[in-house]
Amino acid sequence: MALLELKNVSKWYGTGTNRTEVLKNINLTIEEGEFIAIVGFTGSGKTTLISLIAGLIEPDEGEVLLNGEKITGPGPDRGVVFQNYSLLPWLSVMDNVRLAVDTVFPEMPEKEKDSYTKQYVSMVNLSPALNKKPSELSGGMRQRVSVARALAMNPKILLLDEPLSALDALTRGSLQDEISRIWEQDKKTVLLITNDVDEGIYLADRIIPLRPGPNATLGPEFPVKLERPRDKKALNHNQQFKDLRNAVNKYLMDVGAEAKKTAGVKEYVLPDAQPIDLLGPTGVSYSLRRLFN
Amino acid sequence: MKTKIIKSLNWIGLGFLEPLILLVSGEEPRKNAMLILRNVFLPLASIVAFILLWEAGAHQLRSIEAERKIQKVLTEQGAAAAEQMRACIASGEKECKPHSLPSPSEVYEAYQSLLADHKMIAKDKKEFTEKTAKVNKQRIENGQAEILYTGRPSFIDQIGTSLKTVFAGVLLAMCIAIPIGILLGLSETLRSSINWLIQIMKPVSPVVWLLLVSMVIKTLMTDSSMDKSFLIAFISVGLCGMWATLVNTTMGVSSVDKDYINVAKVLRLSVWKNIFKIVLPSSFPLIFTGIRITVSVSWMVLIAIELLAQSPGLGSFVWEQFQNGANDSNAKILVAMFVIGGIGFLLDKIMMTLQKVLTF
Repeated sequence: MALLELKNVSKWYGTGTNRTEVLKNINLTIEEGEFIAIVGFTGSGKTTLISLIAGLIEPDEGEVLLNGEKITGPGPDRGVVFQNYSLLPWLSVMDNVRLAVDTVFPEMPEKEKDSYTKQYVSMVNLSPALNKKPSELSGGMRQRVSVARALAMNPKILLLDEPLSALDALTRGSLQDEISRIWEQDKKTVLLITNDVDEGIYLADRIIPLRPGPNATLGPEFPVKLERPRDKKALNHNQQFKDLRNAVNKYLMDVGAEAKKTAGVKEYVLPDAQPIDLLGPTGVSYSLRRLFN
Repeated sequence: MKTKIIKSLNWIGLGFLEPLILLVSGEEPRKNAMLILRNVFLPLASIVAFILLWEAGAHQLRSIEAERKIQKVLTEQGAAAAEQMRACIASGEKECKPHSLPSPSEVYEAYQSLLADHKMIAKDKKEFTEKTAKVNKQRIENGQAEILYTGRPSFIDQIGTSLKTVFAGVLLAMCIAIPIGILLGLSETLRSSINWLIQIMKPVSPVVWLLLVSMVIKTLMTDSSMDKSFLIAFISVGLCGMWATLVNTTMGVSSVDKDYINVAKVLRLSVWKNIFKIVLPSSFPLIFTGIRITVSVSWMVLIAIELLAQSPGLGSFVWEQFQNGANDSNAKILVAMFVIGGIGFLLDKIMMTLQKVLTF
């Protein structure tokens, strides 16, 4: 049985003629231990999709199943890493992760909770910043705390909602390596939402493009058959990687262009106006000058 | 060392002295000298200008008063008496000196005399306690009430009493406003059902609160051993000041960042944990701002309330001086005015420092 299943999921906002369909007939099956990447344009409904799976919003049609059971609300079995980190600024790194540990493992003895928390903080290489507040950390470090918090919940599936898109390219690269390393370690099921095709190919087992909204649906999936562990430098010269990247990019470009056409962008004809030369013989300033001279 | 001093200065709210220390240590002299000029000298200069303006105004008012006095004597008692009056005023004799608006120097003198008065009373009090210590010890052993000092309070004592009243009032305001604010913030139904009531109560004048409170207290407290006037004063102060904290707490709790709410949802925090781990910390800055406003409003209304409630403190001091009509009464009222302003400023500074320390 699949770990996560989305069956004909649709989500819209508004009613009647004002109804905007964000997602339409989403079908997705994720097996245990898989790393799935969903790539798409900004505004195509990616965050709505993650929120549906996280249980923060409910689908208007269809259903989301986790282990065959319908999702009715958010819960710690789905660890979410939000795009904007969502760390609690009044808690230290340790306490942010600890809050998750406290709620998910209430029976664990205090000492064990401490060492468990520290273990996850060190997993994302943040042990030196254990007692710092989020405001004292860089964006990359904050996102790593967020990852540690999600992992410490020991979720069945990790939902990453564009976790790296707010970071600079260098930090992004190193965090990609880190996510890859952590995933190799405990083979958690991961659903990564991203707008970076390279990132998806580097990390995922399957890439699924999300066609741009409104009425966003999932496109055909692209399996990534590259050997693991993947080396980013070597990938740049790997023909298979290049072909895959081109294929995904081409698909996204094509659906993007198509969406623009069907969305019926109106063309406005600009009026054919001639500028008036104010300094010329018929202009205002000419008449004024004549008046005063 | 240098950074340590600067840090501690900033901590106690004297951050404006930072450039002075940097200048002494020879760091960027031009820039720091400019900063000192702007942050220290210009404020001082404006105070000096204010005092000069005040002096000129007081002088003007007094010459108007003097002229009127002379005219009055002239019409009532004739030219000779008027001449005598003019000479009396010119000589600065106490009984004919005009005192409509005291000048800065007179206010300073009044301040000195208040201090001297305080020293005298404090000495008297000390002697009294020394004298009665033995007797009191015996009385306590015998289960009798102590003999207490019943002399009049000095100006400094009045300040202490006022601070006590305001402190009790703010504490009461916090005890009422914060829990109710949290409840209102959490429940939209409750919020919209009470909103009108709050909007109506908020602008009610301190005097009305005082009357309302005294109606209730005087009915409830028939037993006269309690200090009713103090009770009435601090409860009214609390009721006047609590609205800012109430509104700010409600706003803070109802507008917690959606991201934090999502975190709480994903973690499935219990209601209590949600309130104490997410809602309260995230609304703390707003709540604290509310408390700060409450403190300054309380201090502001305190004087009027003490004045009307006959509760001891700065308010009744001002009222007594106003009724007294002695030569230096007006000057003493002005001393009280500056003390009230200064303490209000200080209270706000303390609250700001606290806020800096306590918020993330």
